[in-house]
Amino acid sequence: MTDAVLGGTGTALINILLLAILFVVAIAIARLRSLFAIVILSGVYSLVSAAWYILVDAVDVGFTEAAVGAGMSTAVLLGAMLLTARTAKPEKPFSRLGPFIVCLAVGVMLIYATIDLPALGDPSSPANSGVGLTYLQVNWYDTGVPNVVTSVLASYRSFDTLGEVAVVFAAGLAVALLLGFGERSLAETLRRNPKPETRPPSAPRDRDAT
Amino acid sequence: MKGDHHMILRVIAKCLIPLILIYAFYVQFHGEVGAGGAFQAGVVVAVALILHSLVFGLTATMRAVPPWFTRGLAAVGVLVYAGVGVWAMLNGGAYLEFQALFREPPGGHAGQHAGIIIIELGVLFAVSGSMSTIFFALAGRVAEIRDEDW
Repeated sequence: MTDAVLGGTGTALINILLLAILFVVAIAIARLRSLFAIVILSGVYSLVSAAWYILVDAVDVGFTEAAVGAGMSTAVLLGAMLLTARTAKPEKPFSRLGPFIVCLAVGVMLIYATIDLPALGDPSSPANSGVGLTYLQVNWYDTGVPNVVTSVLASYRSFDTLGEVAVVFAAGLAVALLLGFGERSLAETLRRNPKPETRPPSAPRDRDAT
Repeated sequence: MKGDHHMILRVIAKCLIPLILIYAFYVQFHGEVGAGGAFQAGVVVAVALILHSLVFGLTATMRAVPPWFTRGLAAVGVLVYAGVGVWAMLNGGAYLEFQALFREPPGGHAGQHAGIIIIELGVLFAVSGSMSTIFFALAGRVAEIRDEDW
């Protein structure tokens, strides 16, 4: 009993701490003008929310958030940042009043909606009592795969996953068709500098060795 | 090498990239028993590639893993996934019905395991290939990322 209460208090404290970090990072992202800092801070935001997902037992979601949000999208945003200016333009005061009101209204609506949400791990919630329970019961006989997430994703809902893979492929194809395959830089470097070992003259290594 | 102030970065990246790739394959092949799966593994593979290009330069990465390879990999991944469905249909089942892969009765699991492993390989190829293609397309617009550009 004491252990459960202590564990609950500890989890609640960690929850509050992680959500406070998320809040501070979000405010910092909104106020900063340097795009580099914003990209890195959005990676921090993803990592902290991944830790929070793991705290609420959503391990798969947390892992995906860490890999995609913190790793992949940070790197892609860094690459995209190089194509544009390094800092965002400063804005006039009160120019963001409209978006602020919209955010406030959506936030109030979301908080109002959380009142109807079932408690965390509630066995009688719709997600746990309907088809989810059926999957847990028939999965071992049907597929023999220990991880129900995998068997639902790959076997029961294989069509969905095929669609997701097609979406990922289409996204890559669309970016490549819009921006080129990136071979321009390789061709340019090769033309300027046929030897593979040396670096192109545009990138001297010791220019800002501070 | 005179003036190479990124030496620590390079050495650490050389140590880390194989570990990242091993972890990606661990996630890939333990998707049946643990957290994660082929989507995450594909992204981790792409992240290893991106780390290589951030530290060693995009040209070095493009020599190691050419852009035609990554975009071909993405297409092959989708084809592998869709091909498993056709395989099931050739054996008399519905599209993507893994039970029909080896014409097993209900309760037989060999087709389920084989089907899941093959489509997860397809997902790994498609996701890592697409992500690398996106990164090459974005990063390949500038000839080389200079230090002062950060």
